[in-house]
Amino acid sequence: MSVASVRADDGAALKAGVFDPPRVAPDFVLSGSNGAELKLSAYRGKVVLLGFGFTSCAAVCPITLGTLAQVHKKLGAQAGDLQVVYVTVDPERDDAAKLKKYLAAFNPTFVGGAGTTAQLAAVRKDYGIAAEKVAGPDGSFTHSSFIYLIDRDGRLRALMPFGHVADDYVHDIRILLASP
Amino acid sequence: MKIFHMLAILLVAGVLGILAWSAFTPVQFASREEVFEIPKGTWARRMSGDKVEILPSRIRLTLGVHDVLLLRNLDDVPQVFGPTVMMPGQSFRLPFEVASSYSFACTAHLSGQMTIVVQAQPRSPWARLSWRVVALWNAVT
Repeated sequence: MSVASVRADDGAALKAGVFDPPRVAPDFVLSGSNGAELKLSAYRGKVVLLGFGFTSCAAVCPITLGTLAQVHKKLGAQAGDLQVVYVTVDPERDDAAKLKKYLAAFNPTFVGGAGTTAQLAAVRKDYGIAAEKVAGPDGSFTHSSFIYLIDRDGRLRALMPFGHVADDYVHDIRILLASP
Repeated sequence: MKIFHMLAILLVAGVLGILAWSAFTPVQFASREEVFEIPKGTWARRMSGDKVEILPSRIRLTLGVHDVLLLRNLDDVPQVFGPTVMMPGQSFRLPFEVASSYSFACTAHLSGQMTIVVQAQPRSPWARLSWRVVALWNAVT
């Protein structure tokens, strides 16, 4: 690894891209895959990894979620202070029950968010997420593939591009967990 | 005739000198950061129909010497910039540690995509020479 890195506002170097100054992560309320209301701000106190995808995704989402499952395992006891939230970009095919089944294959603690087309579009707009249906019979989407890192205070601190390994996430999450 | 010979020798010596410099001088930048800024008033210009392009659809970085993308939104409104949305006055610094081609969905581009090509640091004379030729070609095209 090279030494390329940037510093979060606590002075520690993150592997992810860092926002400066960090803003409060836009809150949203969706249908949670755990059967309850999914309100992002309810996870204050934990580091949240927020991603967007869909359960029929064959390319990006399984790799990302597989990586996040590894992250959860590598964090050990600290995994209790982490919450993975995955919001669908496919309101026509994904509901809370389908997300639950899909995410459980990676890690049962991961929470999915489903909603109406308008609700999900509003969330994507707040986070600058691109998602576009690809013409064709399989109803696939192209979508932003990065993961947002939200700190314990609910601030949008960083963005991890697709392709980073689990150790990079673990590195950054530990820094965020140690932040005052 | 003698003058032509002299000029030819000088020309060849000059070309060889440039090639030697290109091959043996390490690639360096003043900063690790490639900076792109949305100037104040960009939103207003876009609203008035001006097609403002700030980010190129393809950005070339080099590991170890020029490998951090720094985006700044100096406008008064939130902007989708690069891969994400940025608030007024906010910056986003993205470091790269692996040589590869990175594609981001980017609604600011007509193609809907922004590509960042991160190259390995050229260490051999031939790699430095190739790197500089490509950089020159990209600069003039």
